[in-house]
Amino acid sequence: MTGITINHYLLLSAILFCIGVAGVLFRRNAIIIFMCIELMLNSVNLLLTAFSNQHNDPSGQIFVFFIMAVAAAEVAVGLAILVMIYRNARSVDIDFFNKLKE
Amino acid sequence: MNTIVILSVTGIAAMMSDVFKLKKTLYGLSLLGLLIALVFSVCDWGQYASYFNQMVLTDNYAVVFTSMLIGMTFLWFLMSKDFFSSHSSASEHYALILFSLTGGVMMTNFSDLTILFLGLEILSISLYILAGSDKGNLFSNEASLKYFMIGSFATGFLLFGIALVYGATSTFNLKEISDYVQGHNGSLPTYFYAGTLMILTGLTFKVSAVPFHFWAPDVYDGSPTLVTTYMLSVVKMAAFAALYRLFINCFAPVYEFWIPVFAIMSAVTMLLGNITAVYQKSLKRMLAYSSIAHAGYMLMALASPGIASKNALVFYLLAYAIATLGVFNVLYQVHKVTGREEIKSVKGLFRKNPFAAITLTLCMLSMAGIPPAAGFFGKYYMFVSTINGGLTWLVLIAVLSSLIGVYFYFKVIIAAFQEPELENTAYYRQPSDLTVLYICGILSLLLGILPQFVAGLL
Repeated sequence: MTGITINHYLLLSAILFCIGVAGVLFRRNAIIIFMCIELMLNSVNLLLTAFSNQHNDPSGQIFVFFIMAVAAAEVAVGLAILVMIYRNARSVDIDFFNKLKE
Repeated sequence: MNTIVILSVTGIAAMMSDVFKLKKTLYGLSLLGLLIALVFSVCDWGQYASYFNQMVLTDNYAVVFTSMLIGMTFLWFLMSKDFFSSHSSASEHYALILFSLTGGVMMTNFSDLTILFLGLEILSISLYILAGSDKGNLFSNEASLKYFMIGSFATGFLLFGIALVYGATSTFNLKEISDYVQGHNGSLPTYFYAGTLMILTGLTFKVSAVPFHFWAPDVYDGSPTLVTTYMLSVVKMAAFAALYRLFINCFAPVYEFWIPVFAIMSAVTMLLGNITAVYQKSLKRMLAYSSIAHAGYMLMALASPGIASKNALVFYLLAYAIATLGVFNVLYQVHKVTGREEIKSVKGLFRKNPFAAITLTLCMLSMAGIPPAAGFFGKYYMFVSTINGGLTWLVLIAVLSSLIGVYFYFKVIIAAFQEPELENTAYYRQPSDLTVLYICGILSLLLGILPQFVAGLL
């Protein structure tokens, strides 16, 4: 375990974050986009815990709890929005939703 | 702190009102709650008190913005009675608006990145729901989905930035971060700068600055008109207050690094916003693009940080929010009667209701930045502080883009004074529908004639 430094964690979270960003930008299914946003937030959680451990400072881990709670609230709202949309449009493909651009 | 508590309690009471059969009195109760919160907020002037383990700091900057936010929400409540009467879920609407206001107040009072994040999320999550509050309407659904996706995407960036800054400084407190950066300037790890940039990205998404503006026209256009009004006046104010507070209090020691970013962003934002607004036929969409342009002018405050630009930002935001409330009041009434939101649907306004047309003109002049109205001094103070900051090229671009802006603002004014297309359009059923328009007109004029009352507040 001694070989793993903070830079490895930094790299891992950066990679996870980039996978999340790429997913949001390139996938078309709204539910998969939600999952990618969750991935972005979880990579932040990983990074915060790693830094918190490095600094011997618990506030980073407390922040992780806040992120988890907020992410849960966000997903609840997001899925409710999706259900509402599915009722009206019978689809969760985001390409369907470019009516406002005309 | 009292303000945050009162607003949250009012919000929770609104949410619970279904149980206690208080629905009838809810409108009055919310207004009362807002008034009490406003009084408590104003009483905090000059206190510099810090609460919750130094996580919240009510300095004068926070007091000014909190009072402005609550005041604007109060005006918004006055013009939005329909929003709460025509729906089955009225009490949720009250609660969501009050919660989002609480989030906005937290965003102006924070002295810790945790509170910034929580405030931003409380504000945003309530707004995702409000944007989709017209449940059967596909446009509203689309606005809600887009706002949600872009909003949480931006949150991801903000959080990653916060994590990196935390990694570099091992604290979330603004003061401690600032001290640490001051003490270790030059020896900071690269990822501190990456973190600053990511926080900048996350927050500029929220204020809809180019290149992160693409969601704004769709969301502002698709949301119910009253919710759009709230977003443009109150939410924009909270987002800018947070952005300015964060970068001035926290990242001031590395200002050479972020000032050019804001300067370029500001220039591109105002040009693009104003040029695209010229081509819009829908009044609502035009105002959405014009709000992007205004975000550009407001970013000038961040390109030349200092006391002058702080005051300029306060004045500009106030003038803009007042004008927005006035214009949207007209837009909402026109939409209610004609069912349309195009620029030409305000035709005949002068004939039907001359006072409304004149007040609308005043609000439009305020947005365009032409004297007797408040917007002129907003732009004037902003330009002066930017020139003093040494960015003359930015002011030149700002003046040029304001000239473009004058064109499309006058299109609306001219339409209001033209003959109506249909003879029998009765615009305003009750004179009380326009109370807020008149209040906004008077405030715009007062601020334009006596700007010194607000201009030197901080």
